[in-house]
Amino acid sequence: MRKVAYWPGCVSRGFTPELHGSMAKVAPLLDLELIELDRACCTGAGVIAEHNQELADTLNARTFALAQQEISKGAQLMMNICSTCQGAQSECQERLDASAEYRAQVNETLAPEGLEYTAGITNKNFLWMLVEEIGLDVLEAKVTRPLTDLKVGPFYGCYIVRPVSRLGIDDEHPRDTYLPQVIQALGGTVIDYAGSHKCCGFPIITMSTETSLKQAGRHLGDAKDANADCLVTPCPLCHLNLDLQQPLAAKAVGRTLDMPVLHLPQLVGLALGLSPKELGLQRHVVKPTAVIDWTTSVVGGVEAGSAA
Amino acid sequence: METRKPPQDFTLRVRRYDPESGQAPYWDEHTIQLEPHRSVLEGLLQAKGRFDGSIGVRCSCKAAICGSCGVRVNGQPGLACHTHLGAALKSAKDGVIEIEPMGNMPVIKDLIVDMDAVHWKKIARVTPWLLADEDNVPEREHIVPKEAMVDVTQSMACIQCGACVSDCLSMELDPLFIGPAALAKAYRFVGDPRDVQQVQRLEDLAQDPHGLYACTHCFKCIDACPKGVAPMSQIMRLRRRAGSDHHIKDANNGFNHEHAFVKNIRRNGLLHENDLLTDSFGGKLSPAAGAFMARSLPVITRALLRGKATLKVALSHPHKAPADVKRIFDTIEARPERVEFNPYITGTDEDNAPNPPAEAPQTGPHAGQEATA
Repeated sequence: MRKVAYWPGCVSRGFTPELHGSMAKVAPLLDLELIELDRACCTGAGVIAEHNQELADTLNARTFALAQQEISKGAQLMMNICSTCQGAQSECQERLDASAEYRAQVNETLAPEGLEYTAGITNKNFLWMLVEEIGLDVLEAKVTRPLTDLKVGPFYGCYIVRPVSRLGIDDEHPRDTYLPQVIQALGGTVIDYAGSHKCCGFPIITMSTETSLKQAGRHLGDAKDANADCLVTPCPLCHLNLDLQQPLAAKAVGRTLDMPVLHLPQLVGLALGLSPKELGLQRHVVKPTAVIDWTTSVVGGVEAGSAA
Repeated sequence: METRKPPQDFTLRVRRYDPESGQAPYWDEHTIQLEPHRSVLEGLLQAKGRFDGSIGVRCSCKAAICGSCGVRVNGQPGLACHTHLGAALKSAKDGVIEIEPMGNMPVIKDLIVDMDAVHWKKIARVTPWLLADEDNVPEREHIVPKEAMVDVTQSMACIQCGACVSDCLSMELDPLFIGPAALAKAYRFVGDPRDVQQVQRLEDLAQDPHGLYACTHCFKCIDACPKGVAPMSQIMRLRRRAGSDHHIKDANNGFNHEHAFVKNIRRNGLLHENDLLTDSFGGKLSPAAGAFMARSLPVITRALLRGKATLKVALSHPHKAPADVKRIFDTIEARPERVEFNPYITGTDEDNAPNPPAEAPQTGPHAGQEATA
């Protein structure tokens, strides 16, 4: 069993409860023990940093300090399941780790509760865990229901692929290529399309609604044109714009989309033999009928018509 | 290092297009020979000299100063003269270095895009000059505190190459968006203590529906910029100045959204999406919130029917922020001045520590070089 200090994020327990739920179901199958950081608070998703950097840095230092308490008790590292959390936390960590003087000031604010952040925490998204800690060969060996004939388009979310230096993306850790690797390890077919590394539009849904919906619609449409059966994303905020808002996005771009969008743990769970119901797939706004034969719970591409 | 390697073959795949010809764009391949530390621009010029003089490419200094040779190499925007052939080959998908014109701007010919039609128009949009106090012109130069000028050095490093404009994901769907280069330029003056119209500038940018709050926060411009300007970070600094310093309440819900978000986390610890949505439009009872919710009603209904969100979670949000989170908010929000740590300006411990140059009066890696504008 590999223990991790687990930060689920807000949206995975709010508007996309199926994400947190599916992660909890998948974890034991991957020998992961999730030690939930239930006192931690929102990363700020970039918005608190936009308002006041020190505030965002301090709130995330608090979360890191809580995680480090678990790490000192045997957890291997900190894990999250949200691209936006990863990016927002990495941004704050970059500043906190850059200067002992600044870190001391932040720690002073944390001191009354006896919390202190020590530079250099390892914080990995579930996607990075799969490739770098669990290993694709181990993952592949655990697959009981390969995603044969399922054509999956990757959708990362900006926060987990840019800026490359902050996210530790380099020749040794090509983290912006991990989604296709995972899809292949699960037995699926990777769909290459224009939008995989672009923005879902969610951050401006209330400020530039038309642009936001057009962004979601454009990428979903590109994936459809490339014959994807579904998309998979490690980001619940992307999921909100791509799935929850998809009916409005379809209107904004004037075409039908009907593109199911899966959370990463859901895709992994299907290949590891969990049922669509256990993974909460029935909760999506866009029914994943292209992904699932609901009568037999078998995964298969619609065009392949496979129910084997 | 690569500098010692002998010349080798590199194949360049160049996107060719002449709008006046009436023909569709096409790809052209040329194999050139150069050392891997030489630039993609040198490769292009060799191809032009040896094989096809009609390749259109704009360039001048070949030293990443003039900003003329912005292109996309293997899909990534940047300067052709600032990209090593060896590095470009590494990022090539199929062993061929792919060179395209920048995006978001019309092509004039091949790799030359119309900067006037897009980039320079947007720069002109933000009044890119100092608006000093003309009634109180100092007898000699304006004296400004050094820290204030260091604050704008990052935005001053821009060489107007357009790489950030090329890949701006908001502009891709909203061509009217002012965009990263021009907004970074705007911060250069909003942050300048000699400028007397900072508030008017911010008001103008905040109220523009394609302005300050139309940035989707995708980080594309940060990775695109060959000079480390980080335009998106400058946009966030503009937002901090507009929202927190000058309390500019814009018509685009930018101010409302930011403040609703902060309030939401202070109260709940975790984000309560439903409150955020309505508060972002000015509160549950505001007409704008009503209009958005009405438009979203079919979506909301479907989400509830599917059990995606339960009414209990949607309306009541059981989670409340721990007391120490509230205390952190109160402590930091009560500071007389915001603390803004920018490693670009001050440098990191790593930059500053190992072998500090004895004479260095500045601390940051870039500090000082343009501090006396």
